[in-house]
Amino acid sequence: MRLLTHNFLASNVKGVSTGYPLALEVAKTSIKEVELNVDFLRGILPKIDWRALFAATSAAGFPELLAAEQPPEAELFAEGAADVEGSAIRRLHHALLEIHVQEGTLVCPDSGRSFPILKGVPNMLLHEDEVNKLCQWL
Amino acid sequence: MPRPEVQAPPEIFYNESEARKYTTSSRIIEIQARISERALELLALPDDGVPKMLLDIGCGSGLSGETLTEHGHHWIGCDISQSMLDVALERETEGDLLLADMGEGLGLRPGVMDGAISISAVQWLCNADKSSHEPRLRLKAFFGSLYRCLARGARAVLQFYADNVKQTEMLVSFAMKAGFAGGVVIDWPHSSKAKKSYLVLTCGTSSIASLPKGKGEDGEMCSSDDDDDGDESNDDQTVGTYGRNRSNKRQKVNKKNGRGKDWLLRKKEQMRKRGRDVPADTKYTGRKRKTRF
Repeated sequence: MRLLTHNFLASNVKGVSTGYPLALEVAKTSIKEVELNVDFLRGILPKIDWRALFAATSAAGFPELLAAEQPPEAELFAEGAADVEGSAIRRLHHALLEIHVQEGTLVCPDSGRSFPILKGVPNMLLHEDEVNKLCQWL
Repeated sequence: MPRPEVQAPPEIFYNESEARKYTTSSRIIEIQARISERALELLALPDDGVPKMLLDIGCGSGLSGETLTEHGHHWIGCDISQSMLDVALERETEGDLLLADMGEGLGLRPGVMDGAISISAVQWLCNADKSSHEPRLRLKAFFGSLYRCLARGARAVLQFYADNVKQTEMLVSFAMKAGFAGGVVIDWPHSSKAKKSYLVLTCGTSSIASLPKGKGEDGEMCSSDDDDDGDESNDDQTVGTYGRNRSNKRQKVNKKNGRGKDWLLRKKEQMRKRGRDVPADTKYTGRKRKTRF
């Protein structure tokens, strides 16, 4: 599971209103390189919960990758930054798309329910008594 | 063979041996790839070369996701069957996988996805496979959470196999209740085998200006073709008594006249509508042979 996916996940355990960001506990990670695409990152940046992403990179063992408070937009999309080794955009790309969490746990911030990650696949299945019977969004 | 939906719940039906078929059977792989291509076409993503973040509901072994990857998109897939996901891991698919049940609602933050596809999955929601399952609640949870996680103006294309018209109506009505606009696009409606239904939904905008047309549905319907030969078969429509000793006059007439060019052209049109490969009509089509032949 990439950290981008982690950033988009929410828990839908019964009685939970927001359910994100899920706390990440990492036991094992792997790195898989993918091509950098600035346009994709530009499009995806507004959707990202930056604090959750920063927490996730720290949990995965790369606390130096990103700025803690907010995305440094000017620095990220500066002309030619994509070609510079170690630039902000390269680090963001690395954090979002190249770090894969292989083993670990996700913990729901509201209910404390934990979801195990095995072989890179989080198990989000709920028990029968955790399913929302009356849907909160309808 | 009956449809998988009537055999067992998905997490049990798609066991290791069933999941194995999705890497070994070239027929399954080809069909899945063709449907995913069509779904992506119906998704009508803006053609600006920017990769999108897509959701694949019921991704299984990641065959549909492979099509998304080929087009350069990033995707997240979810499936309820561990065996299918194991196959997907083996195939080293590019997208991220989640073990999740769509009927419990998709666990995603609001407005993060640029589109969603689903290949042959949503019909499972109409089944109650466990005592705790209530199809209506599951459909509501699914469409509600799907609507929530899609960005404004994003589309979802869900290919499904409905048992009957009622089931299609149920799926559409729950989608509409969740706030989606759209409808069902049917490819090859005249063929029992090649017929594929797609639920094409948009989120946030009032309606899809014009629902894309299904393949093979242009022109008239099959049934109206049957009326074309009304003039010839008028005699047959007269009311008669059909006793035991009815003469077989009608058959004889058919034999004498042969089937003729009209009949042939009509049949070819019919086959074309079913999506078969049919040679083009030329001046040689249905031409009589010379007597010496």
